[in-house]
Amino acid sequence: MNKLLEVLGIDVGYGDELFVFAASLHLAKGEIGCLLGPSGCGKTTLLRAIAGFEPVRRGCIRLAGKEVSSVVGTVPPERRQVGMVFQDFALFPHLSVADNIAFGIHHWPASKRRARVNELLQLVGLPNYGANYPHALSGGQQQRVALARAMAPKPRLLLLDEPFSSLDVELREVLAREVRRILSHEEITGLLVTHDQNEAFATADRIAVMQAGHILQCDTPYNLYHQPSNRQVADFIGQGVLLPARVSGSSELDTPLGRLTGELPEGLVTGSLVDVLVRPDDLLIDPACSLQAEVIDKVFRGAMFLYTLRLPDGHKLLCQAHSHADREIGSQIGLRPDFDHLVVFPRDA
Amino acid sequence: MTVSLLAAPQSSSQRVDLWRGGVVLTALLLALPVIVIFSFIFVPAGEVWLHLQQTVLGEYVSNSLWLMLGVGIGVLAIGIPAAWMVSLCEFPGRQFFSWALLLPLAMPAYIIAYTYTGMLDFAGPVQSLLRSSFGWEYGDYWFPELRSLPGAISMLSLVLYPYVYLLSRAAFLEQSICVLEVSRTLGTGPWRGFFRVALPLARPAIITGLSLALMETLADYGTAQYFGLTTFTTGIFRTWFGLGDPAAAAQLSAVLLGFVFVLIMLERWSRRRARFHHTSTRYSHLPRYDLRGWRRTGAIVGCSIPLLFGFLLPALQLAYWAWETTGEWLRADFFVLLANSLWVAAITAVLAVALALFMAYGRRLRPARSVRFAVRLAGLGYAIPGTVIAIGVILPFAWLDNSFDTFMRRQFDISTGLILSGTLAALIFAYCVRFLAVSLNTVEAGLGKIKPSMDDAARSLGLSPLRVLREVHMPIMRGSLLTALLLVFVDTLKELPATLILRPFNFNTLAVRAFELASDEQLASSASAALAIVLAGIVPVILLSRTIGRSRPGMKTAVNKCRPAKLAE
Repeated sequence: MNKLLEVLGIDVGYGDELFVFAASLHLAKGEIGCLLGPSGCGKTTLLRAIAGFEPVRRGCIRLAGKEVSSVVGTVPPERRQVGMVFQDFALFPHLSVADNIAFGIHHWPASKRRARVNELLQLVGLPNYGANYPHALSGGQQQRVALARAMAPKPRLLLLDEPFSSLDVELREVLAREVRRILSHEEITGLLVTHDQNEAFATADRIAVMQAGHILQCDTPYNLYHQPSNRQVADFIGQGVLLPARVSGSSELDTPLGRLTGELPEGLVTGSLVDVLVRPDDLLIDPACSLQAEVIDKVFRGAMFLYTLRLPDGHKLLCQAHSHADREIGSQIGLRPDFDHLVVFPRDA
Repeated sequence: MTVSLLAAPQSSSQRVDLWRGGVVLTALLLALPVIVIFSFIFVPAGEVWLHLQQTVLGEYVSNSLWLMLGVGIGVLAIGIPAAWMVSLCEFPGRQFFSWALLLPLAMPAYIIAYTYTGMLDFAGPVQSLLRSSFGWEYGDYWFPELRSLPGAISMLSLVLYPYVYLLSRAAFLEQSICVLEVSRTLGTGPWRGFFRVALPLARPAIITGLSLALMETLADYGTAQYFGLTTFTTGIFRTWFGLGDPAAAAQLSAVLLGFVFVLIMLERWSRRRARFHHTSTRYSHLPRYDLRGWRRTGAIVGCSIPLLFGFLLPALQLAYWAWETTGEWLRADFFVLLANSLWVAAITAVLAVALALFMAYGRRLRPARSVRFAVRLAGLGYAIPGTVIAIGVILPFAWLDNSFDTFMRRQFDISTGLILSGTLAALIFAYCVRFLAVSLNTVEAGLGKIKPSMDDAARSLGLSPLRVLREVHMPIMRGSLLTALLLVFVDTLKELPATLILRPFNFNTLAVRAFELASDEQLASSASAALAIVLAGIVPVILLSRTIGRSRPGMKTAVNKCRPAKLAE
């Protein structure tokens, strides 16, 4: 049994209102997880319940197999050995950087404590900043100190609440990758909260997509993109369009793009109406193809163009193409569907 | 120390009780005097009460109302123009006046009252000068009698206008530049700008200041007593000491509380409205009206008058008297008096700040409705006159003492006598009830500036809530704690009526001595003690003006939330 964190069907709320409903997820030791969702979806509430700041109304939370939260009671945060990095970093303004990092290990022997602080300052790339005070640091530096402080007591689980949201966009990606490196170096299991997919993809092994208090899907980034288990996830993760289609055989669909073949989920009756997910990378531009579409918009992305196309029957599609050729808006291009696999959602009757 | 740390989950209800229960109980204890007074509404009226009702009650009510009306007009007439001039006009000395106009706050009303009495009576310097200049004799001329209702109104207005000044000045500065600039681009001059834009926007703040000043007026004992006016506070004293009827005194206090609650509602209501009056949060340098010619002179004279009469003249007179009588007061017993005052004030300050910290932090940890209500209840004391609090303290304490004595005599044949009544404990408890709000406001403002994520960060690093308070909050808010200590210290030093009623036998403070000597017409001899109180009172005024200077744009925390140092009654 290697599950460090198990969240089993918990409800969390403030006052009379619930913000998290029947949420379940688990993380193996050393894994980095992520709660991804728009703001107000309950991801921070879920994180605070795992940290022990909020009691659960239903279900339970286990850390290393021991129950720490249930309706019976809550182990207070100071006794969970769970570290947390806050959105605003929450560095103690009256303490130096070194004292901030040493805050959670004040009971260690002085020499060991000093060694740990120096080790962490090295690890986060601030070796000479121990004597500085937080207000003298830049946002990115404060972020690193907050990370070092949370990791100092060697927590079993490190929670990060939107840790990069107050930083510049350029800095975010660098730090997201660095956090990954640092966590794996320290062999710490991590759980990150963010609303930014790129951040989630860059950092996490497993991502739980949340919406309106529910976890919609919990999976690897690859699977979330290629195998979304429902419409909301398909819509939220990556770009793409849902096209109406009709099941025309055990592994055939009739779509505005023509007949597509591929494995279909079980239980689909021939003749029933469905939607098929079309990602920008599922379409290739091929002048030899008879299927024509009109370019109605384009975004230059450096190596790629992202075109918005309109089919003769009016359906709009997104298509990604190399930027070697620049197609004019209004021009007609030939399209060739290139599906690796089909993602299909039945229509609600 | 790994997995073993994961102790069995604590029942959440069990943990709630420690903080929630503690805060609620403390609040109830601090609200005890008010609750006791209120309960006397339901005690059947005794003979004395009926007598009071037939004879003097009407006079108490009408005198108190006239006093409130007069002081209300007085503080508005002084406070608003002064605030307008220093915040929106430019003239030489503006910066000096903007803080110096707060100085009368340091002058307790009873001290200014007898200082002016000394200056203006028949043998005083003013009348003597008039007589010698014009060759008049006694009876040749008319001179206004200070010991009268108009006299008391002017004395109280002179020292209470800073409440209105302070809050309306804050409101004028808070009015974002946009509103005033827009009105100027629309062709509004200084006068119209004042009446059409600035004044309506500042109205809630002005009403708040006014209600604070009127609470002080209702609480005043020293001035009314010294001038021989029969108001509620003097009536309560007379009923208590003269007629010896605690029930009637408590019932009289309950009526006074009714007046006070109207003012509390007024204050709460206007503070709530003030929030909606914020038009924009952008602040920058205010372009002031540059005054020239007669307007400039007018502004300087206008600002000088309240400062001169409210502080400089009486302070100089006190200093002169103290200098004149050096040989008389510079003796050992003055220093005993000083020591008494200082250490009682110090104990009170430490206790009140510790209680405030406990309650404010308890509310932060458990923002349940019951806790929020309890904290609010405990903070009501600032509005309750010291006389009322004293009666509300002495009644339950005496009852406790008597019950315990009876019990001990019956069970063990031992008479315990009075354990709580007439002790310093009772006095300090009353001070805490009265001044908790002062420390609570300051501590809460300080605590509010610490982000909740600080608590969470420290908790997740393994600290219990109590240690978070000690190692994170207290060091960060050291400044606020010191300010709170100082404010309560000075307020306690100046407190008069509760001290008069509750002090232990043979225990004197500076305020009591100053008042007693003055009542015995030994004005000059009382000056040394009075001067010491005034000097101590300047400290919070300096603190206050520094806070204002620092926090010019976001005045809300500095002034609206932190109630200025209170005047002694």
